[in-house]
Amino acid sequence: MARTTMFLPRPDGGIRLVVPASEAPMLAGLLDQLAELVAPQQPTDPDPLVAMLGIGTATEVPDDPVLARLFPNAYPDDPEAAGEFRRYTEIGLRDQKYQRAVLARATLADTDSHSDSARDLTEAETLAWLGSLNDIRLALGTRLGVTDDDPDQFEDLTDDDPAWVSHFVYDWLGGLQELLVRCLSGALDDAD
Amino acid sequence: MATASGTAPVELERPVGDTVLKPDLPWITLVWNDPVNLMSYVAYVFRSYFGHSTEKAEELMLQVHHEGRAVVSSGTREEMERDVTAMHGYGLWATLQQDD
Repeated sequence: MARTTMFLPRPDGGIRLVVPASEAPMLAGLLDQLAELVAPQQPTDPDPLVAMLGIGTATEVPDDPVLARLFPNAYPDDPEAAGEFRRYTEIGLRDQKYQRAVLARATLADTDSHSDSARDLTEAETLAWLGSLNDIRLALGTRLGVTDDDPDQFEDLTDDDPAWVSHFVYDWLGGLQELLVRCLSGALDDAD
Repeated sequence: MATASGTAPVELERPVGDTVLKPDLPWITLVWNDPVNLMSYVAYVFRSYFGHSTEKAEELMLQVHHEGRAVVSSGTREEMERDVTAMHGYGLWATLQQDD
């Protein structure tokens, strides 16, 4: 059994997910937090048709920098168009990210069972993992203030610094996502 | 280029202000550099969503990385809104604007 979480390419082009019991609770916790963060808010529009069509009331860029990064401003130079765009798309985008986090979470074995797990992912589950890993990294990276300018900015952190753990997890998820992207790019190469 | 011969030049009424639409100009989708998204992931998104070749996807990804942004698609406003929404779904930082 692998000692760390792995995505492995299958001969049929699909992906196998291997999760040691020691890492399952951490992944489950991160996916649960992501689902909570992006979950569509209860529509406040009293018109049920408008609510059913996924048209929201939010027109402003979220104050929270993490949410602002996950739901960016599509029209930086046109506040009116930006607001309309957000009203028509943010709920759908939130729902997409929420569903992905829930689906990826469901592929993890019961985290109380203390057993390692390995399972073949469906295509939807694979894409749910890919999107969720990226969303979690966007959230963590924004909170940590990751910048391009200084790739070594966290090198001096010691392991008693609270930011050290976050940064360790951020790097770990980056490696995991890189592994999954490599598997999926390989599958695209084969399909060409 | 086609020319209209035999007609006197006509002074066109020039649009005034920013609110006048410029319907003949296409809209573009821009993807901006950010420090979190993996380079391999960005290239993968360009391949799988736009159907680009490996080379084209790498080229666009490197343009985003080195120049800070790249135009990844152009077309009608509706098409660009669709592309921007898809890019936001992937977690890429995308915007749209009318090409100038």
